[in-house]
Formats: sequence, structure tokens, C-alpha cells
Amino acid sequence: MASLIINISLVGFMLVIALMILSSRRLFAVIVMSGAYSLISAAMFINLDAVDVAFTEAAVGAGFTTVLFMAAMAWLPAEEKRRETPRIFPLLICLVVGALLMWGVSYLPALGDPNAAPHQYVAPRYLAESYDKWHIPNAVTMVLASYRGFDTLGEVVVIFTGGLGVLLILTGKRRVRTDKEDES
Amino acid sequence: MLDVLITHWNYFIVVFLMMIGLFIVISSMNLVKKLVGLNLFQTSVFLFYISLGKISGGTAPIIVAKADAPILYSNPLPHVLILTAIVVGVATTALGLALVLRIKASFDSIEEDAILSEKRNIRRRSLL
Repeated sequence: MASLIINISLVGFMLVIALMILSSRRLFAVIVMSGAYSLISAAMFINLDAVDVAFTEAAVGAGFTTVLFMAAMAWLPAEEKRRETPRIFPLLICLVVGALLMWGVSYLPALGDPNAAPHQYVAPRYLAESYDKWHIPNAVTMVLASYRGFDTLGEVVVIFTGGLGVLLILTGKRRVRTDKEDES
Repeated sequence: MLDVLITHWNYFIVVFLMMIGLFIVISSMNLVKKLVGLNLFQTSVFLFYISLGKISGGTAPIIVAKADAPILYSNPLPHVLILTAIVVGVATTALGLALVLRIKASFDSIEEDAILSEKRNIRRRSLL
């Protein structure tokens, strides 16, 4: 019961912050609020028993991403321009997509149901083998290192590609645009 | 209908948060705010996966070696997948920010409508 109350209040915070991000036009405030959103979602992860994910989200999602945004803001204007055009079409798309998702989500097994399909196949095996076979008490680390090593390899490749892309975009040779030339 | 709302409330709120993120991405003209909306969307998806792995009455999947009674652990598999996804998300955000900086250097604006009209002007000038 206490866990449910904590959950509901955390989710309430997240909703408020998301709506504030939507309405605010000052970009620094938007960035700091997105950091706060990540931090509260990390607290939510602890409540949902995902401690490793909570650590990563707090360090990487709330910390490093915010630092990246702040560093980029050094070269960018701090205010979003005011617009007059109505935003009905995007709202319509979001309502339709949201309704479809909610319809689909209502067919999922109930939250916390121990007999749901995701908990039936490999998960019990991972939990049983984690300590007896590999002698690693943390099941998440065990799966990451002992069973899904190629995932981590792929992740490293993605980060390498991302870093390479950032370096090339920011320091690469620039083509000087003239009036004659059509870049599109 | 009402009992579905109660047993699935977490999923419904996740969908709501996700749609706020999507709305920011497609309705905002500012490129930085678009990226923030993308992050919002992403974090909501993480929350969705972690909710799927939760077992009521379970605890964090860190094995207690000599437990007196059998302990119920939550499903570790979604946690593993999301750990990878968080780090990949940072890589995409960094790449997006680099593109925004490059766009600012070329077009002197990060508002989408200003960039598009500038592009149109360039094309018109090149046709003349």
C-alpha cells in the first residue's frame, strides 16, 4: 500500500513536470526540468525493483544528458520563439495514437501479475542459475555479462559511432555556401 | 472497465506521458525542445518496460545466497534491456545536439519554420 502511494505521487510529479516542459518557452528551464523528470523516473525504477536501471538513469539520464544539453546551450539562443499557429493537427495525432496504445495496453497482463508470460520462460532460469552456476549475486549484471555480452558489444559500437558522428559534425570540413549553389 | 483501469494504471499513465513527449516532438518548432521531448518519450518507454518486469511482492533481483525462505525476485530481463537502451539514448541525444549546433552555424536559427523559409529563399535565389 505504501509503495502504491509513493508510486502515485511520483507519477503525479512526472505528469506535472511533463506538462510544465510542454508549456515553458525558456530552454534552460526546460532542460533542467527534463533532468528532474529523469531523476524522478529513477526513483520510480527503485520502487519497481529495478535498482541497476535507477543508478544508470540517475547518472546518465539525469546527469550526463543535462550536462550535454547545457554545454550545447552555450551556442544556442535561450528562448523559444512565440508562435501563433494552432497546434490542432499534432494534438489529433497524439490523441489517436494514445487511444490506440491505451486500447492495446489494456490487454496486457495486470501490473505485478506473477503468472504473466514475461516471467515464465528465461527469467526463472536466470534467477536460478545466477548464484549457483556463475556465483554472481546480482542477476542483472549476470545476464548482461554472461548471457547477453553481444548486446553490450553492440552498445559500444553504437556509442563509438555516435561519438565519431559528433566529432565529424562539429569539427569536419565545412562547405562554404554561395548564392549560386543549391544545397537541398 | 474500471478494474482494468486499476490493475493497469501504470501502463495508462506511461501512455499519457509518452503522448506528451510525442506532442512536444511534433508540435514544437524549436529543435532543442524537440530533443527534450524525445528524451521524455524515451524515459516513458523505459518506465513501461520496467513496469512489465515488476512482480507484486517481489524484490530487486539480487540473489540472497543463504535465505531461510524462498524469496520472490522481480524479472531481471527488462532491466538488462533498458540498461542498454539508456546508454544508447545518450548517444542519440549527443548526435542530435551536434546536428542542432551545425544547423545553428549554417542557418543562424534553431526554429524549424525560420530554417525552412531560409532554405526556400536559398532555392529561389539559385533559380534566378
